[in-house]
Amino acid sequence: MQSQPTLEIDRDKGDFHYDTKYEYDAGVGLSEATVNYISSVKGEPEWLHEFRLKALDIFNRKPMPTHWATKDLENIHFDKIRYYLASGQRPSRTWEEVPDDIKETFERLGVPEQERKFLAGVEAQFDSEAAYSNMKEELSKEGVIFVGSTEGLKEHPEIFRKWFGKVIPIGDNKFSALNSAVFSGGSFIYVPPGVKVKQPLQAYFRNNAENFGQFERTLIIADEGSEVTYMEGCTAPKFESTTLHSAVVELIAMPGARMQYITVQNWSNNVFNLVTKRGMAMEDATIKWIDCNIGSRLTMKYPAVILRGKRARGEVLSIALANDGQHQDTGAKMIHAADETTSNIVAKSISVGKGRSTYRGLVHIPRHLKNCRNNTECDALLINSNSRTDTYPAISVRGDGNSVQHEASVSKVSEDQIFYMRQRGLNEGEAMSLAVNGFVNDLIREFPMEYSVELKRLIEIEMEGSVG
Amino acid sequence: MLETKTPDQKERTDRAGLLSQETFEAHLASLPSAPSWLVDLKRAAWEKFAALPFPGRRDEQWRYARPRDFSLNQFGLSGDGATEDAATLIRDSHYIKNFSGEQIFSDNHLIWEDPLSADLRDKGVIFLPLADAWNKHGNILQEYFLCRTPALGAQKFEELHAAMVANGTLLYVPRGVEIEAPIIIRHWACRNRTALFPHTLVIAEDNARVDVAEVFESHSEYGKNFVCGMASIFAGSGSQVFYQGVQGWNLKTTSIHLNSVTAERDANVKTILLNVGSSYCRNEQHTRIMGPGSEVTNLALSTPAGEQEYDLRTLQTHSAPHTRSTLLYKNALFGDSRATFSGLIKVEAQAQQTDAYQTVRNLLLDANAQANSLPGLEILANDVKCSHGATTGMLDEEQLFYLRARGVTEPAAQRLLVFGFFEEVIGNIVNEELRDNLRRLVHRKLQS
Repeated sequence: MQSQPTLEIDRDKGDFHYDTKYEYDAGVGLSEATVNYISSVKGEPEWLHEFRLKALDIFNRKPMPTHWATKDLENIHFDKIRYYLASGQRPSRTWEEVPDDIKETFERLGVPEQERKFLAGVEAQFDSEAAYSNMKEELSKEGVIFVGSTEGLKEHPEIFRKWFGKVIPIGDNKFSALNSAVFSGGSFIYVPPGVKVKQPLQAYFRNNAENFGQFERTLIIADEGSEVTYMEGCTAPKFESTTLHSAVVELIAMPGARMQYITVQNWSNNVFNLVTKRGMAMEDATIKWIDCNIGSRLTMKYPAVILRGKRARGEVLSIALANDGQHQDTGAKMIHAADETTSNIVAKSISVGKGRSTYRGLVHIPRHLKNCRNNTECDALLINSNSRTDTYPAISVRGDGNSVQHEASVSKVSEDQIFYMRQRGLNEGEAMSLAVNGFVNDLIREFPMEYSVELKRLIEIEMEGSVG
Repeated sequence: MLETKTPDQKERTDRAGLLSQETFEAHLASLPSAPSWLVDLKRAAWEKFAALPFPGRRDEQWRYARPRDFSLNQFGLSGDGATEDAATLIRDSHYIKNFSGEQIFSDNHLIWEDPLSADLRDKGVIFLPLADAWNKHGNILQEYFLCRTPALGAQKFEELHAAMVANGTLLYVPRGVEIEAPIIIRHWACRNRTALFPHTLVIAEDNARVDVAEVFESHSEYGKNFVCGMASIFAGSGSQVFYQGVQGWNLKTTSIHLNSVTAERDANVKTILLNVGSSYCRNEQHTRIMGPGSEVTNLALSTPAGEQEYDLRTLQTHSAPHTRSTLLYKNALFGDSRATFSGLIKVEAQAQQTDAYQTVRNLLLDANAQANSLPGLEILANDVKCSHGATTGMLDEEQLFYLRARGVTEPAAQRLLVFGFFEEVIGNIVNEELRDNLRRLVHRKLQS
């Protein structure tokens, strides 16, 4: 294993900001003109332009979902957000072509290091457009396509158009409609039948312009019997005013395919992170979401799997940490749509200080199905006396031989544990941090090595000063 | 609201419907001796009822409930209440042998009363129909009557209940008085298309003890009724209250039962509900734990079958430290039935050292039955032990096989296993007669 963690991302490193000159700028606010501008700058075909306009119309008509979600959503000022910025239109192919100041940003994020080390391909998103994009030769030889969303729709429409917007339709929710109207950036990946991508594909997202929403769009198609792991990590500089991140991620696992989508997110305290993630698993396919949410003002994210083929399997493993002023509203959805499908959800949340973490889940097994199973566990840990946690699962079951179990528990770190560790010379903060790491340890082990190291560090940083 | 009207739901023509002003005025006129505070309360409620919307499709507190048109205008009030056959009703009301007092109502009217012993009356226990209590015990009623409602989504129906309630029970147990045998309250629905508003108010003062069993039934299987009932329990410091509610309306009846418990310091309250009847029954149960050391247990058994739908909504609110609440709801679903359980544990910031548990178990006995679970937690204190569990599954194949291998027929084996499934709850009832009665009622439902 690595002697030194390669992904050294922590708050200190993310907390910087260079002036970047934007060559394209759609201005502030959202209107038909904004959408027209984005579409024309990207030189998009007419169908895509119409898709965006339709999405804008749906976005404008849909009410905020505040009848179940937090009222904090009303504090998003859509007219004060920049919807599109890009420093260049064509993604750079080699490292040398990347502009120097952007390079410097990536240097601090450690992107080139990973490139050198072992990662198969890097698609680092700097604001809206992929500023740097490269793939290892053997991958392209095997026919793996790993491009930005704009490029994907332009150059491989026969592959991506078929599934684009199909797993998450425009009108799925207000924010998927917003993304559909103004999306730019994100990754489009196609893995041909039988190809097993050995190393994780990786992308970085990083917000850089104040008041600038980032609306990336990711579509990953794993063809029959293929395997792929995708990782995304986020850091964002701390800004004065609120920013919005609203991504749409669609996964398609064809029969027998296995997909893993890993997110480690560490947004700064003022970011609204409202993301729609959904995968569709065909016969014998597996989709696994591993999701770690730290930071942001409000995160609303419920990775979903539609189990469409027989014996498909869906999994969501999620860790959320909410600190002062943060609300992690996360969870999972499992929509069973074929016989003998199974799903598993394990969610752990930690609330520190005045942080609030919420689990929201949906498990749906309709009546014509047989022998489906779901298991859901959600555990919440409350650190301080003013911490808060909520759990709102929804489970609907019919049919023959289906079984569902859901369990949730809420607790605090046991006094005995703390006492034991303090006996051995640890101070209270260290003991608490260790206990919290123990609480999430079995989940963190599921992450790839370099992420788990980073995660433990992130949790330690978040726990600093929470006790004593 | 989206359902189309079937011919059988046609508006009544013989008298004004429940939603008309005329009906409300007639109701007020039927209470000539009602004190002015009550009349004011009713008028205010009637106005609020008219102003509030019926629950809609997007209403979170009605999630998973089938959208329905309550068609309240097809129902009316019970008029003069001359019950055709009071004697038969009284005879059929026999529930248990050993009880402390009994009231029997038919279509909102008291038809029989077995008063308390002189001893209990001397100790100050009040067991009166509300119609008498309005004036006699106005001070108690003004303090407690409708002061805490569940408020879990059926606010419109709470207002309707307040506007239309004509009778019910006031049970007041003074400080330190213990009542050994249970108090029995029976409500019968008799006349077709009558709306019933049963109301039970139990007040146990400090260190008092009382058991109450309520039974709701229709006298025939043909009449169609609408029921909007309320049962409120106030358990003072150190008091012990047991409440059992049996909802056994006929299969044409739509019922809404709105129950609440308020528990003060060191109070011990146990409630158990049995749902066997109604075409649709919504049951709200809000437990408020106000004092430290208090412990509340909420239990329920439901056996929806055929087209029946049960809509169970619960809330356990912990407002004081060192408290405990346990909720266990068990549903055995047959046929095309549907059961929705939506429960929430709310632990307020000051309620440290809370233990709160919520469990729902669904047993699906037919592929078409649907069980929806919405178990929720909202925890604002950190030194707590809270958990919820929700499971949905079928009968254990091996257990079925074991019984069949011993010559038990499949339906009988099923019944036996469902019975075992319910026993965990029934076993909690201390009073033997009440316990056996519940078993008998479950048995009757499973046989049908």
